[in-house]
Amino acid sequence: MATPQTQALTAEQVAIPQIVAHEVRREPKGWTSWLTTTDHKRIGIMYLVTTFGFFILGGVEALMIRLQLGLPENTLVTPQVYNQLFTLHGTTMIFLFVVPMMAGFGNYLVPLMIGARDMAFPRLNALSYWLLLAGGIVFYASLFFTPPEAGWSSYVPLSGALYSPGGGQDAWIYLIHLTGLSSILGALNFYVTIANMRTKGMSWGRLPLFIWGILIYSILILLAMPVIAAAVTMLLTDRHFGTHFFDPTNGGSALLWQHLFWFFGHPEVYIMILPGFGIISEVLPVFARKPIFGYKAIAASTVAIGFLSFLVWAHHMFATPLPLAVLIFMMLSSMTIAIPTGVKIFNWIGTLWRGSIEFRTPLLFAAGFIALFTIGGISGVFLAMFPVDWQLNESYFVVAHIHFVLVGGAVMTIFAGIYYWFPKITGRMLSERLGKLSFWLIFVGIITTFLIQHVAGLEGMPRRVYEYPNVGDLAAENLTSTVGAFILATGVLVTIINVLRSLKHGAIAGPDPWRANTLEWFTPSPPPPHNFDVIPEVRSLEPLRDIRAEIARATGVKEPIGTGS
Amino acid sequence: MEQITSNKTTRRSLRLRSFLLSAAAAAGVLAALAPAASAFTITTPEGASPNAHAINEIYILALAFSLAIFVGVEVSLGYCLWRYRARKRHAKGERIHGNTRLEIGWTLGAAGVLVILAVFTFVKLGSIIDPQNSGPEGEELLNKGRIFALAERKLPPSGKRLEINVVGRQYVWQFVYPGGTGPADFGPTYSYEEMVVPTETTVVLNVTAADVVHSWWVPALGGKVQAVPGYHNYTWFKISKPGVFHGQCATLCGRDHARMIATVRAVPPAQFEAWLAQRKHDLEVAGEEAAAARAKMAQLRGPQSVENP
Repeated sequence: MATPQTQALTAEQVAIPQIVAHEVRREPKGWTSWLTTTDHKRIGIMYLVTTFGFFILGGVEALMIRLQLGLPENTLVTPQVYNQLFTLHGTTMIFLFVVPMMAGFGNYLVPLMIGARDMAFPRLNALSYWLLLAGGIVFYASLFFTPPEAGWSSYVPLSGALYSPGGGQDAWIYLIHLTGLSSILGALNFYVTIANMRTKGMSWGRLPLFIWGILIYSILILLAMPVIAAAVTMLLTDRHFGTHFFDPTNGGSALLWQHLFWFFGHPEVYIMILPGFGIISEVLPVFARKPIFGYKAIAASTVAIGFLSFLVWAHHMFATPLPLAVLIFMMLSSMTIAIPTGVKIFNWIGTLWRGSIEFRTPLLFAAGFIALFTIGGISGVFLAMFPVDWQLNESYFVVAHIHFVLVGGAVMTIFAGIYYWFPKITGRMLSERLGKLSFWLIFVGIITTFLIQHVAGLEGMPRRVYEYPNVGDLAAENLTSTVGAFILATGVLVTIINVLRSLKHGAIAGPDPWRANTLEWFTPSPPPPHNFDVIPEVRSLEPLRDIRAEIARATGVKEPIGTGS
Repeated sequence: MEQITSNKTTRRSLRLRSFLLSAAAAAGVLAALAPAASAFTITTPEGASPNAHAINEIYILALAFSLAIFVGVEVSLGYCLWRYRARKRHAKGERIHGNTRLEIGWTLGAAGVLVILAVFTFVKLGSIIDPQNSGPEGEELLNKGRIFALAERKLPPSGKRLEINVVGRQYVWQFVYPGGTGPADFGPTYSYEEMVVPTETTVVLNVTAADVVHSWWVPALGGKVQAVPGYHNYTWFKISKPGVFHGQCATLCGRDHARMIATVRAVPPAQFEAWLAQRKHDLEVAGEEAAAARAKMAQLRGPQSVENP
């Protein structure tokens, strides 16, 4: 496209310049161009690929955990290796997979969905990515000396220098610093981009719901991440520089760590799930051929969840010595979160109601998400009631809860997003056949793995144990869970095969294969570096539907116009 | 676009197949779960102590509401997916943007359920966090002087209880029984792993940690209590019949966290007194033997060989 002109041009051939450019740069090519790119789409792709790589690593760790727990009193791995495995697994899935995966979707899609040329700060955007990668490398480098083994929540004093002398705990601290900085810079970028760079006509009331999700995600990151950054810095100075913030033998408080960690940790849960809620709110109306039900209620509930997420942290600490007033406050605030979450679920079902639902893979993952996330949401209410939480917390019930929320929830939305936007990103369709196979394996795998874990918890099995005795039904329950984990892993493998195959052999997608409604489908797939040649003025929540209607009116061609008229 | 546009019959058969598949999968999962659900535990333990029992009552109420909501959501989801499946390609759904009355309705409905659960929790709260008085036999035991008063914890109305200090350390629980001030003073006596307690007696646990964070958890005797170094945490129980109750540390405390078990053996008060006296005697004998061994060692290798570090 941008070949430099060598011939002299005649006067007639010279167009009157509309924009004066000093030079037209060649589009960089080759692998080095990936190192220097500031294009939000390439950075987005790097985020998605990198974090999926970490997802595979975290998944392998999960399978090793499940193999160890497949039999009672198993001796496959040592207690030390087991503790390292679940610490790596939890940390990887949260800090290196779900949070940055959402940043990957956001990077690729925010400018496209709001009709912008790029992110507000393209170089800062590149820095965010490279900080994330550095965090992952620093963390996994600990495999070559001593990986951390104090769990992803790294409670003190166990994570202190006395009980975790190895460098692995420091690698964990640097991971939090690097990925945290990456998230903070990325969130700043998202916020500024969404606030300032929306195209003409895109008022807050016409903002796609995925963008609402990314907006609140960004605000939560900006408020929560600095707290964990401070906490791990205090841990670092406690470990190496003689401070005693968390040292009870020198006037410090071991409980302070839990407060700081969970003040970050609970908003983190919503950081992981709100963009996923947004993905579901984009996918459902497209495949139900119907507008989203209760746009304002869904957007408002996103804001409400974001606000409430800062008022509930001590529900992770109900068993610690806390005053009764704090327990009651945290119980009531935690229960309140169930209301906006319920409102979302009801509105999503309302979106399907009286639609014309096309069962493509993204819709299957979205519907599967509603079915599974409901279980995670309901078990959350049990955990909010502090007397009941005293029995359930720190048991396999809570393991089941977090996995229904994060696997049945966030991972399902991520897969819906992959199947929905893959055609936009690569210009090719994923195989529907493999997609559906992958969905059913993942769906059945999640239920088989995690539903039974509620029971193990109710029977008294605590989390983070490398072995359990052969009493009651624990052996059968854990074996079921292990089998389920392998079904789930097979489902993920099918999607990996699907992606690799479709990159070369997938059907050509065209700009808008789903007859969708948002602006990213207006531009070719994959989009050119500058995103749009022309950006249409936005007049409703469904700008592409408006355009299809306009074309139909102007040409008289009765093309189906997507979500009805 | 061509590859996407396949003919109607294959699409329909695909759709039908996906539905049959989903129905079969759902039926399969349910069939697998039905016997499992009846065979497996789906509630917290009914408990051998009033506090565990009250927690179980709250849990069961929440479970009833949850199952109703769960079934409601899943059935309406399944109904919508089945009833409104696309019957022809690019058919249009109805242009429905929402319904304010419905929004208000389900917001209030959800809030109502939560209010019921919260109120029920408050009603039951007293029987969970406030220790009860001991039964007559326990009262008799406690009247002999096994009381040990500190102001901050919740006490039974009579103020009398057996207070045991529970100390978590990597990877064992230590139980220190009160010295007492009455006529039957046993002096501070301790045991590891197995706590022996009298039945019909209100036992208050003063839970602390010597190194890292641990959690005291014996499901049948109530919920978890975290042992945080530098803090005191409390729980209580009252066991009516003799029995043995198992539990283990619930907060990750290091490599052998899985091996940090806790057992509570409840015996009648008279037997408890006998056990405590025997335990004290055993400890004294062991202490004397150790002192003798130390003295012998000091003789052989000099006094520095037996000094405490």
